[in-house]
Amino acid sequence: MTTELLHALLGGLLIGSAAALLLLGRGEIAGISGVLGNLLEGRAGGLAWRLLFLAGLLCAPLLWRLSGGTLAVGFPLGGPAIAAAGLLVGFGTRLGSGCTSGHGVCGLGNLSLRSLVATATFMGVAALTVFLVRHALPGGAS
Amino acid sequence: MTRLLPLVAGLLFGFGLILSGMIDPERVLGFLDVAGRWNPSLALVMGGAVVVTLPAFAYVRRTGHSLSGASIALPDRRRLTRRLILGSALFGAGWGLAGICPGPGLVIATAGSREALVFLVSMLAGMALYAGWSRWQTAGAAPAPEAR
Repeated sequence: MTTELLHALLGGLLIGSAAALLLLGRGEIAGISGVLGNLLEGRAGGLAWRLLFLAGLLCAPLLWRLSGGTLAVGFPLGGPAIAAAGLLVGFGTRLGSGCTSGHGVCGLGNLSLRSLVATATFMGVAALTVFLVRHALPGGAS
Repeated sequence: MTRLLPLVAGLLFGFGLILSGMIDPERVLGFLDVAGRWNPSLALVMGGAVVVTLPAFAYVRRTGHSLSGASIALPDRRRLTRRLILGSALFGAGWGLAGICPGPGLVIATAGSREALVFLVSMLAGMALYAGWSRWQTAGAAPAPEAR
C-alpha cells in the first residue's frame, strides 16, 4: 500500500511536470483528448508539437518495457462494453473540451471554474457508473 | 532543444501514467468504487500533478507569456455551458465502464492486447464522430468554438 501511494504521488508529480514543461516552454495545454482530437480533425496549426508530444507518450511504454518493466493491465469487461466505453470517452471528452489531463491536471492547476465543474461531473458520473455496474445492477460483483 | 520539448513532455507524461497506476483499469475502477473496497491511492496522482501545475499556471496568468517570452492565451475559465456538462458526463460514463481515460488508452494500446486496441479504435471513432457532428452543426449556424 505504501509503495502504491508513493508511486501514485511520484507519477502525479511526473505528469504535472510534463504539463508545466509544455505550458512554460511552449504555451500549450497538455490535454490528451485535445491533442488527439485536433490531430484527427487535421488542424494545421500546432501539428508538429502535437505529433511530438504523442510520439513521446507512445515511446514511454516501449522504453519502460525495454528496461524490464511490465504493464499490468487487467480488463474488467468484454469487447462490446469496451467499445461502447471508448465511444463515450472519445465523443464526451471532445464535447466537454477536455479529459482527466486537460480539465483535471491543467484546468484545476489554472484555477478554472469550468474545469472544476467538468472534473466534478466526470468523476461523479464515473463513480455512479461503477456503483451501478458493481453493486446495483443484477450480475454485479456484490 | 525547445523544438524537442513536446517530445520530452510526452515521455514524462507517459512514464507518469505508467508509474502512477493510472494505466491499470482495475486500479482506476477500485478508486472510483467508493461503495466497495475503495482504494483512494489514485487521488494522489491528480493531487501530485496539480501541485506542479498550480505555480506554472500562476506564472503564466501573471506574466501572460511563456519562459521564452512567447505570449500565451489560456482557455476560458468561467463560462459554464451545457456541452461542457453533457460532454463531461458522457466521458464519466465511459471512464466508469472501462476504467480507461484517453492518456492511458494510448499507452496500453502499445502492449497490443485485443481489448486495449478495441478501446483505442472506438475512442478515436468517438472523436471522429464528434468532429463530423460539430462540422455539421457549424454548417448551419456558427456557434463560438470552444478551444480544447
